[in-house]
Amino acid sequence: MSERSTAAIAPNLSTLGGAAVGDYVQILKPRVMSLVVFTGVVGLVVAPGHLHPFLAAVAILCIAIGAGASGAINMWYDRDIDRVMRRTASRPLPTGRMLPGEALGFGCVLAVGSVAVMGIAVNWVAAELLALTIAFYVFVYTIWLKRRTPQNIVIGGAAGALPPLIGWAAVTGDVGWGAIALFAIIFFWTPPHFWALSLYKADEYASAGIPMLPVVAGERETKRQMLLYTLVLWPVTAAPWLLGIAGPLYAAGAGGFSLLFTLAALRVWRDDTHRSARQMFAFSLAYLFLIFTLLLVDHGIEYAVGGGR
Amino acid sequence: MMADDPVDSRSRRIRARNRALLLVLLGLVALFYALTIVRMSGG
Repeated sequence: MSERSTAAIAPNLSTLGGAAVGDYVQILKPRVMSLVVFTGVVGLVVAPGHLHPFLAAVAILCIAIGAGASGAINMWYDRDIDRVMRRTASRPLPTGRMLPGEALGFGCVLAVGSVAVMGIAVNWVAAELLALTIAFYVFVYTIWLKRRTPQNIVIGGAAGALPPLIGWAAVTGDVGWGAIALFAIIFFWTPPHFWALSLYKADEYASAGIPMLPVVAGERETKRQMLLYTLVLWPVTAAPWLLGIAGPLYAAGAGGFSLLFTLAALRVWRDDTHRSARQMFAFSLAYLFLIFTLLLVDHGIEYAVGGGR
Repeated sequence: MMADDPVDSRSRRIRARNRALLLVLLGLVALFYALTIVRMSGG
């Protein structure tokens, strides 16, 4: 090819399909993926029964890839509003580093691949739950609810709550009450977690046209609902103990952390600035991590003393 | 300092992507090999 013809096509080539490896990693939403993987691991560990360690690792890998696929498809669909919001404007699609078709294709391949490998390697109940999780996140949350209702993250939160069920089903081949208790903890934790964020990002959500609760119903109503959800978390986090999948150490710890979470919501209720909302958002991440870590520790102790539930 | 040639820069990114894809494919081969062994041993 002559120098002149190379120069003529250079501007197009430089932008066409030129995403870097890091961009592909970024659209998998690695930070969200880490929380999904952690809760999936806990579901897998506390489930009654045994799974070969290699198959357990494959199950966790499939959960991680499936979560990443959901994130990639979500970024493809939301590329218009991501461009408007400061928090998301530097993502690969809004900046033009990646073409929409690349993100969609990547997400679809990973979604199909993760479900297929889960089914072949582990079992088809876990694979169906993984497929349900991806479909729920993409179709119900991203495409249907996110731009239509302030209850978007309440109902859509079910997608983020499913990974412990997948981990549990990978071991047992079905979904027990213990798995549903783990699901419920994440389901009722999601609204106060996201509403804390949306309280101090309300202007960005409003400019992007996303009807988050503070945008639609105001700060007072959002803070009231956040407080109510933290109160609901008291009995919900006690459920694993009541169902016998966790012991008194977990029950005491979960009660203490839930008290702190409610106190954080009370501070948000009383505070007219967004400082306490930022603090509550950060604490909400720690809260979920601590509750699920407690389940792991409690299970480890039970196993070590010879119970081996 | 001279700016990066956009064609060179794109070629570099594509080469890196191809290498990453090769690693992923090799990983899949290893994964299915190990899966077969585990399954055959009754895991």
